[in-house]
Amino acid sequence: MKIVVCVKQVPDTTEVKINPETNTLVREGVASVVNPFDMYAVEEALRIKEKLGGTVVALSMGPPQAAEALKETIAMGVDEAVLLSDRAFAGADTLATSYALAKGIEKIGDVDLIFCGKQAIDGDTAQVGPEIAEKLGIPHVTYVKKINEINETGLTVERMTEEGFERVKLPLPALLTVVKEINEPRLPSLKGKMRAKNIQVPVWNAEMINADPGKIGLKGSPTWVKRIFIPEMKCQGEIFDGSPEEQVKSLVDAILSRKIV
Amino acid sequence: MGIRVITDKCYGCKVCVPSCPFGIIEIIDKKAVIKDGCNLCGACATACKFNAIEITRETETKIDKSLYSGVWVFAEQREGKLANVTKELLGEGRKLADELKEPLAAVLLGKGIGELAQGLIAHGADKVYLADAPELEYFLEDSYTQVIVDLVKKERPNIILLGATAIGRSLAPKVAARLETGLTADCTGLEVDVAEKNLLQTRPAFGGNLMATILCPNHRPQMATVRPKVFKPSAEDPSRTGEVITVDLTKTKWDIRAQVLEVVKETGYVVNLEEANIIVSGGRGLCDPKNFAMVEELARVLGGAVGASRAAVDAGWIPYAHQVGQTGKTVGPKIYFACGIHGAIQHLAGMSSSDIIIAINKNPDAPIFKIATYGIVGDVREVLPLLTKEFKKALGVSQEAVV
Repeated sequence: MKIVVCVKQVPDTTEVKINPETNTLVREGVASVVNPFDMYAVEEALRIKEKLGGTVVALSMGPPQAAEALKETIAMGVDEAVLLSDRAFAGADTLATSYALAKGIEKIGDVDLIFCGKQAIDGDTAQVGPEIAEKLGIPHVTYVKKINEINETGLTVERMTEEGFERVKLPLPALLTVVKEINEPRLPSLKGKMRAKNIQVPVWNAEMINADPGKIGLKGSPTWVKRIFIPEMKCQGEIFDGSPEEQVKSLVDAILSRKIV
Repeated sequence: MGIRVITDKCYGCKVCVPSCPFGIIEIIDKKAVIKDGCNLCGACATACKFNAIEITRETETKIDKSLYSGVWVFAEQREGKLANVTKELLGEGRKLADELKEPLAAVLLGKGIGELAQGLIAHGADKVYLADAPELEYFLEDSYTQVIVDLVKKERPNIILLGATAIGRSLAPKVAARLETGLTADCTGLEVDVAEKNLLQTRPAFGGNLMATILCPNHRPQMATVRPKVFKPSAEDPSRTGEVITVDLTKTKWDIRAQVLEVVKETGYVVNLEEANIIVSGGRGLCDPKNFAMVEELARVLGGAVGASRAAVDAGWIPYAHQVGQTGKTVGPKIYFACGIHGAIQHLAGMSSSDIIIAINKNPDAPIFKIATYGIVGDVREVLPLLTKEFKKALGVSQEAVV
């Protein structure tokens, strides 16, 4: 079984703070990490490989430094990694990103199963996974929280819904996006870390994946960011005084006066 | 096409450096240099006092935009019950359609769901496209995408709105990718530029730390998923009239690869946090999993749903389906109780759009108080039972605990 895991390098948003004086993001010293959801995708791919054999390839698109994120997945046990990097990819929205990743997956070749995280924590769109599947002409299931059964031809998964979950059966090749509940990602092994340290991650440019220049980067992106701004913070709320009983009474009165309950 | 610093105009004042949400501007030899990773958001160009940053875009339109007209709303339903977000989309879609002077249509897919059409009209739709077939009984990406894409190609809508639900967030990208058009996820604000008939789509990014307004100027249809509970549901007017158009599915190529084997609903108290009006969430301040009973009791008295912080879920006190925050669910109830929740930014990202936020925490410096409408500084294990008792008294709910 040949499995591809798509990963994204993202800023560690726990570190993102707003400077209240200038009302701008404080970015100094913000570390880059592997998108947390992608770690579950990597783990699930490794578990399936351990069960059925095969190879796991991690794939990312980004600037040259995104190779670091791929090395982290190698340290966890991924067999190979590929970075799609080219100035021509810059400024891609989800459609152009998914096109490039799909072309990368085609070049990797004979892929049976593709994993993505549910979404990336910087953009939160959750669109790239399903769009890759469509570009490749394969089925996908989002929000997968469990793989019940898998063999060489197909699999059964549990997909989270608002009210519970659904069991869905689908044939391979297929793409799954996974949620946190699916597993607990392993820590990198010492051996893996050594391997990651020494590995040179291959970099593929637009030409190498045979990408249509009109479908990548800014040119291939139907959506534009018109403006980015800092949302207005809510004004300071009311903290009640008095004994716990008095505070509770004030709170209940305040809520009831709004006539929601 | 792209971004450039006009070096003659740049004085190296550094104002642009912190304005960049991606942190990729550096001052080298007293001139701003924009490194890789720019998505042309324009934050630096706005910040620059000297107009030294220029953004150029290809404005060539390959399609004839005048051929596309109408605002469509995907009428999400499961087992014949409309999702609440559908009514919110109809309310917002109605406004956009009126401004654009275009019709508002609902697109309803399913099996034996024809009777929902009149309700969609009563909630504001001028037209309902009704696709009723056994193949559409359960939501599946393949069948739903095929029907919608065929219909879009035939009818050419200008705008398509879907709820940012489990279904909407899986269906919309597949449809957008097949149509090769733009899609904006999780919008919390929608406006139209009437002259260009463009949809201005505002959405949170970076866990709600930033807002971005997105355009899809040269492709049609313009597609967006809309976060539930952000817009008001449209009022029902049973006297409204409209047209129900039955979609001809006789020529549809049903290439359905996946199959729903089983639909499982989680039993017990409500876990549909996305649609709840009141959510009572517990965090590590509860100190012990058995204290979640206090959270559940308040939720029961108020008819609300139970949520949890990541810390409580990771500790195994409550299933993941209840987790609110960046790695869990994004919610926007009328009232959100944060009980013993510190308020890490990832949690705030999932609930900060709630109308009223009530924080109960013994640490007065906990970040949750910064966004709270009302706060009580105290031990949640002491405050919660008092609060439940007070609500029971006020609402006349039985004092007997229901186990």
